[in-house]
Amino acid sequence: MAQISREEVQHLAHLARLELTDEETAHYAEQLSAIVDAVARVSDVAAQDIPPTSHPIPVTNVFREDVAKPGLPRDEVAAAAPSWEDDRFKVPRILGED
Amino acid sequence: MAPVMDGDLVRQDAATLASAMQAGEVSSAEITQACLDRIDAVDGEVHAFLYVDKDAALASARVVDEQRASCAQLGPLAGVPLALKDVLTMRGVPTTCGSRILEGWRPPYDSTVVERLREAGVVILGKTNMDEFAMGSSTEHSAYGPTRNPWDLERIPGGSGGGSAAALAAFEAPLAIGTDTGGSIRQPAAVTGTVGVKPTYGGVSRYGLVALASSLDQAGPCARTVMDAALLHQAIAGHDPRDSTSINAPVPDVVAAARNADIRGMKIGLVRELGGEGYQDGVRQRFDEAVTVLTDLGAEVVEVSCPNFEYALAAYYLILPSEASSNLARFDGMRYGLRVGDDDQASVEEVMSQTREAGFGAEVKRRIMLGTYALSSGYYDAYYGQAQKVRTLISRDFAAAFDQADVLISPTAPTTAFRIGEKVDDPLAMYLNDIATIPVNLAGNCAMSVPIGLAPEDGLPVGLQIMAPALADDRLYRAGSALEQALVDKWGHELIEEVPAL
Repeated sequence: MAQISREEVQHLAHLARLELTDEETAHYAEQLSAIVDAVARVSDVAAQDIPPTSHPIPVTNVFREDVAKPGLPRDEVAAAAPSWEDDRFKVPRILGED
Repeated sequence: MAPVMDGDLVRQDAATLASAMQAGEVSSAEITQACLDRIDAVDGEVHAFLYVDKDAALASARVVDEQRASCAQLGPLAGVPLALKDVLTMRGVPTTCGSRILEGWRPPYDSTVVERLREAGVVILGKTNMDEFAMGSSTEHSAYGPTRNPWDLERIPGGSGGGSAAALAAFEAPLAIGTDTGGSIRQPAAVTGTVGVKPTYGGVSRYGLVALASSLDQAGPCARTVMDAALLHQAIAGHDPRDSTSINAPVPDVVAAARNADIRGMKIGLVRELGGEGYQDGVRQRFDEAVTVLTDLGAEVVEVSCPNFEYALAAYYLILPSEASSNLARFDGMRYGLRVGDDDQASVEEVMSQTREAGFGAEVKRRIMLGTYALSSGYYDAYYGQAQKVRTLISRDFAAAFDQADVLISPTAPTTAFRIGEKVDDPLAMYLNDIATIPVNLAGNCAMSVPIGLAPEDGLPVGLQIMAPALADDRLYRAGSALEQALVDKWGHELIEEVPAL
């Protein structure tokens, strides 16, 4: 039985940028453990020498003509942005205090 | 000459409506108005739609009517209304993916599917409800409340495309678009008595389809008849340079195949692993009866074995969350959608975490964390790496089965529609709904669900799944159409006519 602890859930949540509540953390610890248990069966084929498939219909070297095209309409992009200033996306501070 | 149509406009299929418009019996504006009226009358109960744009729909209907009046060359579906799953972008029209994080977002561009629908003259009525970011099998995981199954309003319409399927079954629209990552077109079709097709991966462009799992996602047609699905399939399919996974090959002639409907001599493989234990009695009964119908039509039914299908669900619930956790990283509250906690003090990281915590629902968070776990160092080989090997084994099983049969069949879903609330916080029980549909997504080939009757124990629809090799989508339509015609002859009407009045 896989055991995913609350600390581990908190760590995963941090990696995934989710600020979970304590209640959610406890609930997910239980559910994720059960799900991981159920999906661990994929290891039953572990010993076999099988190439992995990342893509069902493999296509390689997909090119198209390098033609300049207009980008997205700026006014509509701006209208959809949570914050916009001086013709740019405005974001919260990205550096620490010091 | 007898009129093309007989009876209520909203109950007609798309092909009949198109013929009636060509014959001058009815205009697109009248049909569109009838659908809008129907939505007004029943969608309060059904909740198939998240957004309806009456004025835009009527305006595009009038454009088609004017073009027809001026003898312009129009496509076969010109003027027919359609319900669009809210996971495809449509310029200027709210696209939420069933999530709070995109509430109010109006995309600045059209998806290729929408672009092709516009070119075909199809009238888009609005956007349909879905499980948040297509994660679910019941549409209960929508942030905007569940959609109800028109066959029984206490039950789920399937998912994630429950809104699209319910819109068809409630006679709100004759056509709909769905997307299928693990069964989200086929399972809703099965539980609502409608037709749904997952085309070959790469058959329909994913440009403008908000990604759940990029190696699995595929948009496709939803309709009340196999022919209507074929007409819609033809309208949206084909190569698109904006999607690098789009297949650069001609689209199989699915309309001709639906018209042909001849399965004499066709070899049909019954997949041993998709049936039996875990499948509801009435589902098995109707499935067995349908197999007899197929045999009577001249098909040769053989049993095939796909031993690795038993690992499909496990592989899927590693591959899908892994891809989803990566795809959904784009919802960071910086460029579009919700932003929470931006008080000029909080850091970008804090704002992102608060935004995602507030904007995502329980199932989305669950899968993002599962994917993050499966991809993290130390677990990657054991989980994601192994799942990719299983994917190879499943493709090999299909290849071997298609050496013995032209198409494969199974029940689409193990049960009929379950009650709203029954499985909403039991992820493992919910995931089992897709046990028969998932192998096709992993291998990238195509499949269809067709209605085959009502389960005797609960009077709810049952679907049969037909699976074909990649790029052989026409076989689905040939077999599906043959089965549909035989069943309609047997019943004396289409199954959908038995939906209780709303």
